[in-house]
Amino acid sequence: MSTPLSIDALLIAACAWLAVGLCGLAAPRNTRFISKILFPLGALVGMLVGLTALAALGGPAQTAVLAIGLPDLPFHLRLDKLSALFALLLGFAAAGISIFAAGYFREGEGTAPGVLCLEYHAFLASMLMVLLADDAYAFMVAWETMALSSFFLVTTNHQHAEIRRAGFLYLLIAHIGAIAILLSFGVMTGGAGDYSFAGMRAQELSPFWASAAFLLALAGFGAKAGLVPLHVWLPEAHPAAPSPVSAMMSGVMLKTAIYGLLRVSFDLLHTTIWWWGVVALGVGLVTALFGVLYSTVQSDMKRLLAYSSIENIGLIAVGIGLTLIFHAYRMESLAALAMTAVLYHCLAHSAFKSLLFLCTGSVLHSTKERSLGKLGGLIHRMPWVAWLALAGVIASAGLPPLSGFVSEWLLLQSFLFSPGLPHPWLNMVVPVAAALVVLVAALAGFAMVKFYGIIFLGQMREPGLKDAHDAGNWEKAGLAWLALITLLLGILPSTVILRIDAATRQLLGTGLADKLHEQGWWMLAPISPERASYEPMIFLVTIASTLLLGRWLVRYLYHGRVRRTTAWDCGYYFQGPRAQDTAEGFSQPIRRIFEPMFRMLRHFPTARDTAPHYSVKVEDHFWYWLYLPLARLAARLSTLIATLQGGRIAVYLMYSFITLLVLLLVARP
Amino acid sequence: MSSAIPFSAQLINLFAAVILLLAFAMLAQRRILALVNLFALQGLTLCLATLVAAVTTSQVHLYYSAGLTFMLKVLLLPWILHRLVRKLNVKSEVEALINIPTTMLVGIVLVMVAFNVALPISELSHTITRGTLGIALAVVMLAFLMMITRQKAITQVVGFLSMENGLFLAATSATYGMPMVVELGIALDVLVGVIILGVFFFQIRDQFDSLDIRNMEQLKDN
Repeated sequence: MSTPLSIDALLIAACAWLAVGLCGLAAPRNTRFISKILFPLGALVGMLVGLTALAALGGPAQTAVLAIGLPDLPFHLRLDKLSALFALLLGFAAAGISIFAAGYFREGEGTAPGVLCLEYHAFLASMLMVLLADDAYAFMVAWETMALSSFFLVTTNHQHAEIRRAGFLYLLIAHIGAIAILLSFGVMTGGAGDYSFAGMRAQELSPFWASAAFLLALAGFGAKAGLVPLHVWLPEAHPAAPSPVSAMMSGVMLKTAIYGLLRVSFDLLHTTIWWWGVVALGVGLVTALFGVLYSTVQSDMKRLLAYSSIENIGLIAVGIGLTLIFHAYRMESLAALAMTAVLYHCLAHSAFKSLLFLCTGSVLHSTKERSLGKLGGLIHRMPWVAWLALAGVIASAGLPPLSGFVSEWLLLQSFLFSPGLPHPWLNMVVPVAAALVVLVAALAGFAMVKFYGIIFLGQMREPGLKDAHDAGNWEKAGLAWLALITLLLGILPSTVILRIDAATRQLLGTGLADKLHEQGWWMLAPISPERASYEPMIFLVTIASTLLLGRWLVRYLYHGRVRRTTAWDCGYYFQGPRAQDTAEGFSQPIRRIFEPMFRMLRHFPTARDTAPHYSVKVEDHFWYWLYLPLARLAARLSTLIATLQGGRIAVYLMYSFITLLVLLLVARP
Repeated sequence: MSSAIPFSAQLINLFAAVILLLAFAMLAQRRILALVNLFALQGLTLCLATLVAAVTTSQVHLYYSAGLTFMLKVLLLPWILHRLVRKLNVKSEVEALINIPTTMLVGIVLVMVAFNVALPISELSHTITRGTLGIALAVVMLAFLMMITRQKAITQVVGFLSMENGLFLAATSATYGMPMVVELGIALDVLVGVIILGVFFFQIRDQFDSLDIRNMEQLKDN
């Protein structure tokens, strides 16, 4: 790998993205040029990034120094296996999303397309730089660029007040997170003043400071990833943003936060303390359970997916927690198993969640409707979108043979070995966590059935849906690409894990590759084939053959007697589209069972109502328990502080003067 | 005791004392034009003190500092201020928030505080001018006091510039001046600051028909 270096190729790619974005500024209103030339170019760059990163996964770490920024403070860059893996994820997801975006962005929707193009590509380039950064300075610059560009993307339709509000909330929490990350880096330098990652690796921190750094990193990256209780921006920002942007944020940006957390906890910090894992596991579990419960009760399709992203991030955090616990007890092969689950889930989630968000974009464009209660039966009008969405839904529900199953299965496999932990208390608690993870997986299936069933199946709930049309060719291509990734991740787990293994090995010193090499590509048995194994091809073949056989049998046996009738009318003749189960109705059992978890505002019709009307609104407890009290406290403190502002310059000068005098008297040598 | 202090150091101490005296004079002065002249005189004394330090220690950059001080604080800034005063028609008396005798008494207390605070610092220094550190600090504080107690915006600018004189004196006395780059930067800052403030004066006068800063209380954010 002497010439040409992959890291140079990735830097050129970042510059190319920026250049594509700047080209958009040249003709900000020329939608045709921007969507049909610039976005496909961006997709091409994304593809190249993905391929380069794939090649770099096998090679040694590469470094570069970029003399930009402040004098005497160059950007240190480094491409190792962890960053290569996430760059791979970024590149391939960006390729699909950009191709989709080429067909998606239309004229007259908020920000001018050229500006949008710049923001979008700056967002991509900054995410790539986050992955390549090798000092805190470069990392924070890229990180903040990422936050700012995505803020502007979220507020594309800034004429709506609630979208501006969502953008503000996002920016606020992004900043809180950034402060925590900055402090974490500060702690990790250990006072040596060397902010390069190499300098941080060389520090030997005391357990107290290492824990402080870890907790700050967990809070900071958790704010970006959407860990409870810093998740509130996610369900606001994702529905506000245009669909490709939501796809990019949910599919890729959340993963950069995971990348940061992995980088800090396994690479920059030397020591690992077992209770860090417990904290991450606990936060992850709460996040996953919270996310999945709220996603089941949503009636806006993008909010549903946003909460589902929270759930997936929670599962990833659970995996990280488990890895930390195993790693702290030097059970490296089990740690490697959990880490593989984490990385696999990152890859899988980036593909299937982007796919689903893009599908909602197509539905939104085609029907102008985002509320689940007004959709239905779209599989007849939008077969492409519906069938491709099915791939995402199956993966998201964690069903074989698609990608979500593999990672969740790996995660549960690693849970099954937790009784081997040399800590009695953990031995008892961790299996309970496993049970909760299973509950989360089941509820995720429920949410996905709701999502898919209500949008695409059944009958059309509104007459306007008859005019819905399928996605254009660009959109289909983007969706198909992501569906293909989902499928490949599902049926070739061993091949993928052999690639991921480089990153696992770099972080933990050991991997799963040795075991997998002994087995064939069709089988996945991370510990031993006797214990547990998974052959996705068998599932795929069985499912496909059952379906085909069934279809053939029906055609053959009932030849000529097949008739079509309204879907899901349960045999009732009079069942109209309005009588179908609504989004609220579908999730009513969940709302009832988990009632204390929700804050519900319900309005029931009474017997005397002339216009009976039922509504239910589910709100987040955290607003009332955490955020509103904090906001009130901040308001009260600022009124207190405002009394200092008397408006008299002499008094202001007096403040400085008295401060000076006091400092002089106090700080006497 | 006096034989232990070389002649040049005594000379510098003398100039420093004159600067302190001028600071008090500025605090007591009621007329704006006279205030500007006093400021110019303070600048000249500062320049002389720096020059003596430069001759004694034969440090080249102190000559530059002295030259810079002369150009800026004796010629350019007083000229700008004179012009401003004439253009803005504010020849009237300086109005003080606290009456002048009280201000002088507070000033004396501040000088004592400054000497008290500066004593341990000047013991750390090995320059011939170290005795003047307390004076420099006192000048800074007196200038600050002037900024607080005066009501016309223009006298506050003079106070600000006088404070810079004090800082400059402190820098010369403690370490023979700051690095040249820093000094040039500060000089430029002061110059630009005065020019911008001059522009602001016109804006303030247009807005409130007076330069009295009490009017700006209305600007408070409610």
